Amino acid sequence: MSDVTASLTATLSGSLAPARHPVVAFHRRLFREKPLGAIGGILFAVFLFCGLFADFLAPFGLNETDMLRRLQSPSWSHWFGTDHLGRDVLSRILFGAQLSVIVGFLAAGLATVISIVLGVVTGYFGGAIDMTIQRFVDAWMTFPDLVLLIVVISIVGPGVPQIVIILGCLYGIAGSRIIRGSVIGIRENMYVHAAQSTGASTPHILIFHILPNVMPVVIVLFTTRVGAVILAEAGLSFLGLGVPPPAPTWGSMLSGTGRTYMYLGPWLALAPGLCLTVVVYAINIYGDALRDLLDPRMRGR
Amino acid sequence: MQAFIVRRILAVIPTLIFTSVIVFASIRMIPGDVIDLMLAQNDISTGNERALIEASLGLDKPIYVQYFVWAGNLLQGDLGRSLWQNTPVTEQLAATLPITFELGFLALIVALSVAIPIGIYSAMRQDTAGDYVARSFSLLMLAVPSFWLGTLVMVFPSVWWRWSPPLQYTPFLEDPFGNLAHMMVPAILLGLSLSAVTMRMTRTMMLEVLRQDYIRTARAKGLAEHVVVLRHALRNCLIPVVTLIGLQAPLLIGGAVILEQIFVVPGMGLLLLEAVFQRDYPVVTGVFLVVGVAILAINLLVDLTYGFLDPKVRH
Repeated sequence: MSDVTASLTATLSGSLAPARHPVVAFHRRLFREKPLGAIGGILFAVFLFCGLFADFLAPFGLNETDMLRRLQSPSWSHWFGTDHLGRDVLSRILFGAQLSVIVGFLAAGLATVISIVLGVVTGYFGGAIDMTIQRFVDAWMTFPDLVLLIVVISIVGPGVPQIVIILGCLYGIAGSRIIRGSVIGIRENMYVHAAQSTGASTPHILIFHILPNVMPVVIVLFTTRVGAVILAEAGLSFLGLGVPPPAPTWGSMLSGTGRTYMYLGPWLALAPGLCLTVVVYAINIYGDALRDLLDPRMRGR
Repeated sequence: MQAFIVRRILAVIPTLIFTSVIVFASIRMIPGDVIDLMLAQNDISTGNERALIEASLGLDKPIYVQYFVWAGNLLQGDLGRSLWQNTPVTEQLAATLPITFELGFLALIVALSVAIPIGIYSAMRQDTAGDYVARSFSLLMLAVPSFWLGTLVMVFPSVWWRWSPPLQYTPFLEDPFGNLAHMMVPAILLGLSLSAVTMRMTRTMMLEVLRQDYIRTARAKGLAEHVVVLRHALRNCLIPVVTLIGLQAPLLIGGAVILEQIFVVPGMGLLLLEAVFQRDYPVVTGVFLVVGVAILAINLLVDLTYGFLDPKVRH
């Protein structure tokens, strides 16, 4: 009961307070109701900041080697130590964040667009197109993400554009199910029937009546996909099939030749994995909180 | 029940066809230099030979004919030969599949024996500190990459205690203990990452079941709490958890690829990775196909078990 009253007063005071940007207002509510999710959001923002401004933040160059300072343990001048070529691990982590941000946002963005197009079309029209596409999605989702990625990369070769497109298709097709489900729910609403009966064109209905109402689902989908993409890219890089060296990715920092030096410098094994875990964890709890606040029907799924 | 089984099997057929089309498409997307590779290997390079190889691979026929020829061979158990070892792909798959299966099976045991007790505990102590810790742990396990955990297990015990996990594979029938000692570490890591979702599911289902009328009745007639939980609640909450095993099969196989590579387990994942680096495409697509079909089969089995356990599902 107190929950309901709290959210009611929150909504009321929100609507009575001087006009504020909805995103700002939403995040105020996030801090008040979901403190853990808010912490996730802050960590996510820090990660974005590091990625976007890696060039200014990194104390050393991307591939700046210093053979006199090989395998140094963490110190004031090298917070995360140095690797077997004397490269500063902190700087490489920051540039790795940059790459993760680029791949994460591009691939998650592409995935979201594919999910929206496939999900809205199949969910709104239904029928034979829907049946056929759904059987294809079934077959597609049968394959483990990683196996599908490995097979496709083995055919098209590694590289940033390939990875973005493949991850975008992979998660886009799988995510279309979620959008489709919510479109089917929206399709039966009175306002959609009203629009249909006043003779609104199908594109008009899709863009002005269906799309705005799936936006909460889309926002949550996009956020959680960023995390999934980052994790998948790291897995591929770890296997040597991701972004080719010498680009510093968090996955490749844990594999390859660096791996043999971890026994001499165990800190090399810590930073990349810790960053990955914290970022993905932060995105997950932020995504969960967004889902709870934006779409109560999806709670607990 | 029979009608249910027939219906489920019929429903899998379209998916199976699409699965085979996806695998076939991946074969057709392979760059043309495979023929060059084969020519180079066999030390022949005249234009005439090239046409012969193309004809022997059926590449001169229309694409739908190629699909049917390929599917026909497939049904006879012919997946082609490895470009590197020149042995039938089916032989290599038969040698590696049981190993991955064993790893997956062990991981599943670990996952269930971690997830179910913690899930029950978490549901019974809803919104207490213990529940909170368990839920955070499960969220954390979703974020920790298994290759990082694997790396940590390789590096730190070795640095601190000069102990490292065994990496020498021995067949189970030769030396069961040596085999289990080798498989245990990757199985535990894989099981832990799988336990996250199962734990959440067990908790949610348990919470739902504990609110049912028959639980209240059981408590009202004075049954001990552990009898109520284990005999009345757990039985009913485990039914949906069974379906999770099917949903997690892709996760299991994906995780096995990475852990097999770290712990040198000669299963299908390692076979796939080696084949990818050697550009041994018949092996790559063979593994691809087997993985897809295996997961479909697991899901079908789980569906049938579910129908067997819960009569409501049959209709």
